[in-house]
Amino acid sequence: MSARRITRREAMKAAGALVGAGVLTGISGTLPTLAPTAAAQASTPSGKTLRIGFQVHRTGIGAVYGAWYEKTANAAVQYINETGGIAGRPVELVAEDDGTDPKRGVEVVEKLAQQAKVDFIFGTLFSNVVIAAAPPRAGELKIPYLVVSEGYHVPSGKMNRYVFQPGITDVHAQVTALVPWIVKNLGKKITMVFPDYAFGYDHRDFGGTTIANVGGKVAALVPIPPTETSFTKYFPQIPRDTDVVYHVMVGPGVLTFVLQMGEYFGARKPKLFGFIDSLEGVDMASPGLDFLEGSHIWEALPRYADGYPTRYETFYRARVGVNASGASQQDPKNVSTYSHMFGVWETLFVIKDVVEQSGYEKPGPEDYRAFIETLERFEWFNEGNRHPQGAKKFVGRLHQAFGQQFISQVQSRRLKVVDRTRIEDGMYKPEGDYTKQPL
Amino acid sequence: MSFTGHLFLGLLEGGVSGLVIALTAMGLSLVFGVMRIVNVAHGEFFMLGAVFAWYFSSLTGSFYPALVAAPISVALVALLADRFILRPIRYAPEPTIVATIGLLYILQQLVLTFYGPYARPVAAPIYFRVDFPWFGYSGYKLVVAALAALLLAALWLVVTRTRLGLYMRATQQDREIAQAFGVPTERVYAAAFALGAVLAAIAGVLIVPVQQAHYLMGLDALLLSFMAVIIGGVGSLTGTLVAALFIGLIDGVMSVFFTPTLAKIVASLLVAFVLVLKPMGLFGEDRL
Repeated sequence: MSARRITRREAMKAAGALVGAGVLTGISGTLPTLAPTAAAQASTPSGKTLRIGFQVHRTGIGAVYGAWYEKTANAAVQYINETGGIAGRPVELVAEDDGTDPKRGVEVVEKLAQQAKVDFIFGTLFSNVVIAAAPPRAGELKIPYLVVSEGYHVPSGKMNRYVFQPGITDVHAQVTALVPWIVKNLGKKITMVFPDYAFGYDHRDFGGTTIANVGGKVAALVPIPPTETSFTKYFPQIPRDTDVVYHVMVGPGVLTFVLQMGEYFGARKPKLFGFIDSLEGVDMASPGLDFLEGSHIWEALPRYADGYPTRYETFYRARVGVNASGASQQDPKNVSTYSHMFGVWETLFVIKDVVEQSGYEKPGPEDYRAFIETLERFEWFNEGNRHPQGAKKFVGRLHQAFGQQFISQVQSRRLKVVDRTRIEDGMYKPEGDYTKQPL
Repeated sequence: MSFTGHLFLGLLEGGVSGLVIALTAMGLSLVFGVMRIVNVAHGEFFMLGAVFAWYFSSLTGSFYPALVAAPISVALVALLADRFILRPIRYAPEPTIVATIGLLYILQQLVLTFYGPYARPVAAPIYFRVDFPWFGYSGYKLVVAALAALLLAALWLVVTRTRLGLYMRATQQDREIAQAFGVPTERVYAAAFALGAVLAAIAGVLIVPVQQAHYLMGLDALLLSFMAVIIGGVGSLTGTLVAALFIGLIDGVMSVFFTPTLAKIVASLLVAFVLVLKPMGLFGEDRL
C-alpha cells in the first residue's frame, strides 16, 4: 500500500518537474538532436531545480502579510524562471505555513531543511517567529536563513552566521532616519504606542534613544499586546501635553486602534506619526480612518503609484499584480502590504546574485560557505527591476541591508509622499560582527 | 485625567464589554444547561456572526439587513451541526467536546479559505461621538450595550414566559421525565443549540463595527464566555449574567488603572478561586 502511494507521488513529482522545467527541456533531454538554440538556452532554465524553502505566515495574526508575501514570492520566481532561472537552473518555491507561531516556526525550519532538503530558507516576517527559529535551528542545521522581518535582531549580532536580512531595512535604521524628522516637524514630547513584543521593543529602544539624542522627550511608553482587540482603555496612559503620538501596531486590531483613538481624542488630538504597519492591508477609505487625515505615516515603499514613479517600481508593481492604489488588480478591496513585501522580491534576487557569483551548486558545508562569504562581501545592491524600492547599502558584518525611507501624509484619504530620507540618515553604529563567527 | 475620569472610563468600557460577553456567554450557558454538553465551537458562532455581517452588509450596502440575516444564517449552521454532528453521537459529553473542537477548526478554516485572513471593517449604522468632560467615547458602543441589555431581557422572557422556555427548563431538570410528559426533547435540543448560536452571532454582528471581522476572533469570545459560565455556575443564566458583568467591569477598571495584562491575570485567578471554593460556581446547582 505504502509502496504504491510513493510511486504515485513520485509520478506526480516527475510530471510537475516536467511542466516546471518546460517541455523543451524534456525533449532535449531525450532527443539530443533537438537541442535548443543559444537564445532559448538563455531564457529557458534547465538542469537540477534549485529549491528555495519559504516559511510563510499563511495563518495566524500574520496571515495578511503572509498572503501578500506569497503572492510576491510567486511573482518573483515566475520572473526569475522566465529570464533564465538562477545560474541557468529552474527555481521552485517550497512553501510551508508556520501559523505565525514561534513553536511551529521551528518545526517548519526543520521540516524544510531535513525532509524537503531545500537549498535555502527565506521569507519569515514576524520577529518573535524569527527569533525562535533562527538562532537555534538555522544555526544548528547550518542552512542559510534569509528573513524579511524588519526587526533589529539580525544586525544586533544576536542571530548567527547563517541568518541574513538583505531585502529590507531594519527598524533601528528606520527610526534613526525618521525620528529627527518627527522632532523637527511635529513636536518634541512624544508618546510611543507599540506592540508588546520584540518588534515593538525595537521601536521603543531605538526610537526612544534617538528621540533623546535629537532633543526630544519621550512623554510615555504604551505597550499593547499584539492580540488586543480593544484599545480605549490604554489611552489614559497618553499624557495630555503630548505633542506627538508615535504609533506602530500590527495584527487584526489595527483599524480599531485608529478608530478608537479618534473617538477618544476627538478634535483635541495630538499630532500623529504612524508606521504603515498600523495600516498595512487596510483600505485608506475604511470607515473611521478620517481621524488620520493630515497625519504622517512612514512608508518603506509608497502604496500609491505616484509616490515613487520609477520605471522599476512600475515594473515590479505590475508583476506582483498591484494597482495604482496599492490593492490587488483583481480585487480593489484587497489591499496589499506594500511597504514590506518588496523585501521578498528583493531577497529572492539577492539569492540569485549570490548563487551565481559564489558558484553554489548543492546543500553542503562547502557550497554554503561560498554562498555566505560571497553575500558578506556584497556592499551595494543597485536600484533596478531586481531592487525596485531603491538602492541598498549592504553591511556584510551585520548581514543587513539599508535603504531609503518615505514619509507620507494622509491627504483626502490617500497617502501622499511628502519627504524621503537618504540611506546614510539611517546608518547607526554597528554592534555585531557575524564574519568573525566560525562556519 | 482625574481619578474620576479614569474610573468612569473603566466602568464604561467594562460595562459595555460585560454586556457583550453576557450575550455570548448566555448562549454557552443555555446550551450547557439544557443539553449538558460543552460546545467548544461556541466562539466560532460569534465569529461567523461577524463574518456574515460583513458579507451581508457589503452585499446590500447597509448594516440593518445583516443584523437579521447573519444570525439566521448562523442558526442554520448550528441546526446542521446539531443534526449531523451532535445527534449522531447522541450528545454524549466527551465525544461532543472532541466533535465541537473539530467543528471549531472546520469553521475557522472554511472562513480562512473563503473569506481570507483579513480583518474587514463594517461601517457602524449610527455614528456619533459622546464628549465626556475627560474624553470622547463611541456612541455606537453605548447603543450596543443598550441593545445587548434589551436582548438579555428578551431572553429572560423567552425562558420564563414561553412554552419553549418551559420545555427547555423541563428538559434541563430531567430529560427523561420531560420526555414522558410529552416534551419533544430532540427538538428542544436543536432549538437550544440554535438559540445559543444565535445569541453568540448577534454579539458578533453588534461588535463588528467596533472590532472588524477576522477568522480568529472567536477564541477570545470563547474564553471569556467560559469564564463567565464557570464563575456564574454552570447552567445558571442569572449566574452567567452576573459573572459576565463582573468580568467586564474588573477588566475595564483594572485595565485603566493598571494594565490589561494584570486584568486578565486577575480574572483567571478569580476563576481558579471560584473552582476551589465553590466548584459549582456562584449560582450553580449543588448537584451535577
